Amino acid sequence: MSVRYDVAVLGGGNAALSAALTAAERGAHVIVLERAPRAFRGGNSRHTRNLRCMHAAPTDVLTDSYPEDEFMADLLRVTGGLTDHTLASMMIRASADLPRRMSRFGVRFQPSLRGTLHLGRTNAFFLGGGKALMNSAYAAAERLGVRIVYDADVVGLCIRDGRFESAEVQTPHGTESIAARTVVLAAGGFESNLDWLAEIWGEAAGNFIIRGTPYNTGTVLRLMLDAGAEPVGDPSQCHAVAIDARAPKFDGGIVTRLDSVPLGIVVNKHGDRFYDEGEDYWPKRYAIWGRLVAQQPDQIAYSIVDAKAIGRFMPSVFPPIVAGSIRELGSALGISAGTLAATIERFNAAVRPGTFDHHTLDDCRTEGLVPNKTHWAQRLDTPPFHAYPLRPGITFTYLGVKVDEHARVVMKGGLADNIFAAGEIMAGNILGRGYVAGVGMTIGTVFGEIAGRESSDAAGRQTSHA
Amino acid sequence: MPDMLTEVMRKAGHEMVVCNACRYCEAYCPVFQAMEQRVTFQPADLTYLANLCHNCGECLYACQYAPPHEFNIDVPRTLSGVRVESYESFAWPSFAAVAFRRPWVATLVAIATGALICAPIARTFSRAARTFQVREADFYRVIPHDVMVMLFGVVSLFVVAAIAIGHRRFATIADLKGPRRSKDVTSPPRQDTSPRRSATIDVLTLKHLHATGEDCVDAEEQRRPWRRWLHHCTFYGFALCFASTTVAAIYHAFGWIAPYAYTSAPVVLGTVGGLGLVIGPAGLLMLDRRRDPALTHASERALGLAFLTMLLLTSVTGLLLLALRERPYMPTLLVLHLSIVLALFITFPYGKFVHGIYRGAALLKFRREESV
Repeated sequence: MSVRYDVAVLGGGNAALSAALTAAERGAHVIVLERAPRAFRGGNSRHTRNLRCMHAAPTDVLTDSYPEDEFMADLLRVTGGLTDHTLASMMIRASADLPRRMSRFGVRFQPSLRGTLHLGRTNAFFLGGGKALMNSAYAAAERLGVRIVYDADVVGLCIRDGRFESAEVQTPHGTESIAARTVVLAAGGFESNLDWLAEIWGEAAGNFIIRGTPYNTGTVLRLMLDAGAEPVGDPSQCHAVAIDARAPKFDGGIVTRLDSVPLGIVVNKHGDRFYDEGEDYWPKRYAIWGRLVAQQPDQIAYSIVDAKAIGRFMPSVFPPIVAGSIRELGSALGISAGTLAATIERFNAAVRPGTFDHHTLDDCRTEGLVPNKTHWAQRLDTPPFHAYPLRPGITFTYLGVKVDEHARVVMKGGLADNIFAAGEIMAGNILGRGYVAGVGMTIGTVFGEIAGRESSDAAGRQTSHA
Repeated sequence: MPDMLTEVMRKAGHEMVVCNACRYCEAYCPVFQAMEQRVTFQPADLTYLANLCHNCGECLYACQYAPPHEFNIDVPRTLSGVRVESYESFAWPSFAAVAFRRPWVATLVAIATGALICAPIARTFSRAARTFQVREADFYRVIPHDVMVMLFGVVSLFVVAAIAIGHRRFATIADLKGPRRSKDVTSPPRQDTSPRRSATIDVLTLKHLHATGEDCVDAEEQRRPWRRWLHHCTFYGFALCFASTTVAAIYHAFGWIAPYAYTSAPVVLGTVGGLGLVIGPAGLLMLDRRRDPALTHASERALGLAFLTMLLLTSVTGLLLLALRERPYMPTLLVLHLSIVLALFITFPYGKFVHGIYRGAALLKFRREESV
């Protein structure tokens, strides 16, 4: 108890470091408690790539313009209105200046001109991605004298009457109590806590794959809810996409995604189709396929394409399961060969003539099937047949703690005195459901900055009163 | 042919598949931009990509899949291993590829060979020279001009032939002339009317060691210009030394016989170049000591150290020779210097020197692909 910090930051991702850097820049004495070892620091931010920014005119890192209204409309569309309007507008307005503000900490962005990025108008891309971003942030934090502790697992919080006093922290060197004048909660959601997931989804949760860090077990979130924090966001929901079933249980990140779905059919373990594979462009639909696969028996499905589709989608990092005939493919996948053959026969018979074009919503569709495939429907008749197994890949959970516009945590009995939150742990305030690319990082950076500013100011007021 | 893939080639193929699914590094350098033009990665593709790589390290530190992650992606190191294998496979005559696996042995053998050639020649002519009044600082009394020209002429012809054959082998494998873009790539090509000119500038400025506007890393979050500037010292130092020899040869042809004054063009060019060739290699050797071993395959690192040492020996003995050319032990120093220069020449096609040839060729292919 010899050192008392101004600000203790629980977590080590982008929101945590934004708070730590902002507070340290204002002269606060800051400690960052990162649960991961150094090599895996940065939470889910290490798997991210960009953040969403409003802007009125082209910049060096963003093309065209992305007005405030349009950003808000996108947010309302994906959340179905489940958003706190005040906080959302604050975030959108603050996003305009983020690339410039982050660059003072050595964060670099990709020039906007290059290549195939269809998000170049709305999203600023970190040069080298999220891990490079975190490397810059940690280096800046070290320069500013922030104390960073890795392998630091927060196992207890001492909160009295809405006032944070200290955190109990387990490290490889033992358990320690860290006292601080204020605390910033930036420890993410609970998506990598398999037991918590099982409480909600039962046994099915055992077949989920976690796309990001294994360290987001929701310990801090649970401690805060137990201490009387007002919850926000649907506790039973998570963002899930369909990914290659052979992905590692944790931390597979972006490369485990599979883009073959719209080019063929998807069947469950019984060999039956269960959803329109051609409903819309894949980037607009891939986020619903996590739940679709989660609802299938044993949470497994198989994307099947024939030779015509090969080369039209980015190959998976995992090799396809290849077969010369449907029957052979069925036995390779462990699906009843008769059922699979019947499914594909029915599908092929239902395909209407059309002009295939996988760059537009074309007129190739089936008729008379349940469910129909409404675009890009082509007969599966050209061997070899390729299959990829799919499982639900969990990105993040929605449950969090409620905050006000100062990033101050709302407790059941009123506002917390010196507890602030940023990032995934409070993203549910703005993102009640759904997702739009890059908004998680915008929430994390904006509220990280607010939490850093407010916590250092609050700590300063305590010092001057003392 | 997949059975014949070497371990490092197999690893490189796997890594490029993962990288191509991720693409977070695409703004760093041509390796990733060229990678995105491809869907599959055959040894020819990997050889091309490996020779594009400048081995900076940005992509390792930025990689969410770098060790200790189970995907174990380390592109700079893996591609450096592929590079050395490609140097071996292009070597002519083929048995000389062994030099890439044993760079220090090759260096010693080359110096010994140089000495075995230069020393007897010097002994023969010095003995003859003793009967005359020896003009001070006259190297040609130790080894006559015509003998020197013949010796280095023959060696140079061989070296040029060996390098040209290696380049030809690379060109055949990597299809240097034929740009290749996959059918699904939608990025618009950029207008480049002269890929050759652009590639030359890329080489001469080491553009891709600072293409993002900042120097590339030499350790995590440490961006310093030293590697680039020391390479410039080495490259341009060597070029000046070469220019010095060329000017001297022209002087000689017109009857202006060495030794030349300290203010003459050959001596000034040689001295400045020689200093560059001391500072560059010595600095790069020092940088190597604190360079992250995760960035470079051991085989390529050894090649680099051997080559830098050889360059440093060349420049140090050359400058010593210049400084002490009027002393009685000049003939010994001359033999030493010429032996090392000869060894340097002989090892050009079988050491790190070839990286310049293949990197330049790969950069030209990249510029051509970009302009399609």
